[in-house]
Amino acid sequence: MTQLPETTERKLGLVIDLDTCVGCHACVISCKEWNTGGYGAPLADTDAYGSDPSGTFLNRVHTFEVKPADKPAMVTHFPKSCLHCEDAPCVTVCPTGASFKRSEDGIVLVHEDHCIGCGLCAWACPYGAREMDAVEKVMKKCTLCVDRIYNENIPEEDRVPSCVRTCPAGARHFGDIGDPDSDVSKLVAERGGFDLMPEQGTKPVNKYLPPRPKQQMSDDLDEPVNLAALAEPTANGGFLGWLDNALERLG
Amino acid sequence: MHPAYSVIFFTVSSGAGLGLLAFMGLGPFTFGGETSDMIWAAFILGFAMAVGGLISSTFHLGHPERAWRAMTQWRSSWLSREGVIAVAALIVAAIFAALWLLLDLSSALLGIVTTILAMLTVWATGMIYAQIKAVDLWHRWLTPVCYLLFSLAGGITLFIFIHAVFTGKAGYELSSMAMVMLLVAWAVKMFWWMGADRAPTSTPESATGLGHLGKVRLLEKPHTGSNYLQREMGFQIARKHARKLRLIALVLGAVAPILLILLAIPAPLDVLWLGLAVISHLAGMLVERWLFFAEARHAVMNYY
Repeated sequence: MTQLPETTERKLGLVIDLDTCVGCHACVISCKEWNTGGYGAPLADTDAYGSDPSGTFLNRVHTFEVKPADKPAMVTHFPKSCLHCEDAPCVTVCPTGASFKRSEDGIVLVHEDHCIGCGLCAWACPYGAREMDAVEKVMKKCTLCVDRIYNENIPEEDRVPSCVRTCPAGARHFGDIGDPDSDVSKLVAERGGFDLMPEQGTKPVNKYLPPRPKQQMSDDLDEPVNLAALAEPTANGGFLGWLDNALERLG
Repeated sequence: MHPAYSVIFFTVSSGAGLGLLAFMGLGPFTFGGETSDMIWAAFILGFAMAVGGLISSTFHLGHPERAWRAMTQWRSSWLSREGVIAVAALIVAAIFAALWLLLDLSSALLGIVTTILAMLTVWATGMIYAQIKAVDLWHRWLTPVCYLLFSLAGGITLFIFIHAVFTGKAGYELSSMAMVMLLVAWAVKMFWWMGADRAPTSTPESATGLGHLGKVRLLEKPHTGSNYLQREMGFQIARKHARKLRLIALVLGAVAPILLILLAIPAPLDVLWLGLAVISHLAGMLVERWLFFAEARHAVMNYY
């Protein structure tokens, strides 16, 4: 059914911290690894060892340069996957009913056996969250690891999306963004989480946390910090520590 | 956007074919009555172009064998609506044509319903593109209006050619109608093109949410190779030549057919001139439709 639910009981989604992400692409690889063997058709690679390799991915990390007018440019790594929009345009355009948004948790999924591979949903998504699999010819997208988060056959700490479980920097958070008391909602409120392309009217569930302001450059300080001195070995405590301090005091 | 040849052929062929069927639906009010070879030829060409186009549209599907499922979601999806209305239009048109051709009965009611359903099908085709907010160029009410007007103009141009083949003359009134429709359709299309240069709805700044910090530009793509999104949405060849291609579309689609129709009104070689007018118009439509896709910029390209 491609009509969107009026409301969903929960709004499960991701909160992605652009301040913390180090751009290691571990989430991209773990996503591919889990989802190529899990739910639905595998994620094909074509010409993987040739001159024009290409593949289906549900999560990709872009890297942007942001250039403020009066400061040096900064680099921001930017992971992007399906935002599980409340007003998902990809769902309503689907002619077959293969695309749908679940009323219980808001996850947007594709029933692959019903997908005719027309590609219209990928056109309708402004975020590029959907990719047609080159081999299976059906639309693939992030499932929020629906086969992990409710899976009682795996340890409880693993019942989060694969990308969240893998992220070594703790830049990805999973939870119910519709519940104002959830950890993810508190994080969004505290850090000023925002929507991507709000002007498209899609009401994304996933939120992004902005990079924290960079520290002021050293020209604001009275005198430059001698970084080399900070690296000098020091003895902490004990007789040597006392001796070190005593000798320092002598000048 | 990537211009898929099957979809370009489908929209041009089905558009003109449905336009011709819509025109035939008005037959009972104008030239209706006795059947003739001309009526046979017009229906055969109309059905061939409409059905041929619809069949070719399934060629770009990943799973054409499941295409019947596309009839189910008419409550929300314009693509589904197009499928449902197209089938309804063809069924009503087939009954209308059969009664007329086999029993000499040109039903005004079935004719009107044929015309309305044929036009609604073309409108739905236009809405498939107009509903996509992520493509600024398409997301306008003028988009389905252009589809509708081109379909009618193509239908009438086809009909005056058939009329000339079977009666030996184009007919002053029919020719005037065709020229007016061609002029109106292409005038609206030029207006549509004028809106192509507006500022984009989304920018790299809004796409990343980092605009408050400064100017945003891509430093590293997510991968070294290309991907589906870039192949499907990142088509850029046309923008360079857009102006020239628009002129070519306009000359082939409007200027040449109108001049040829003018030539055909007094001249004895009217079948030749009108045949060339049809070919030129359809060639202009193919260029216009190719540009329709190739010129369109998708919001996802803000990430690339």
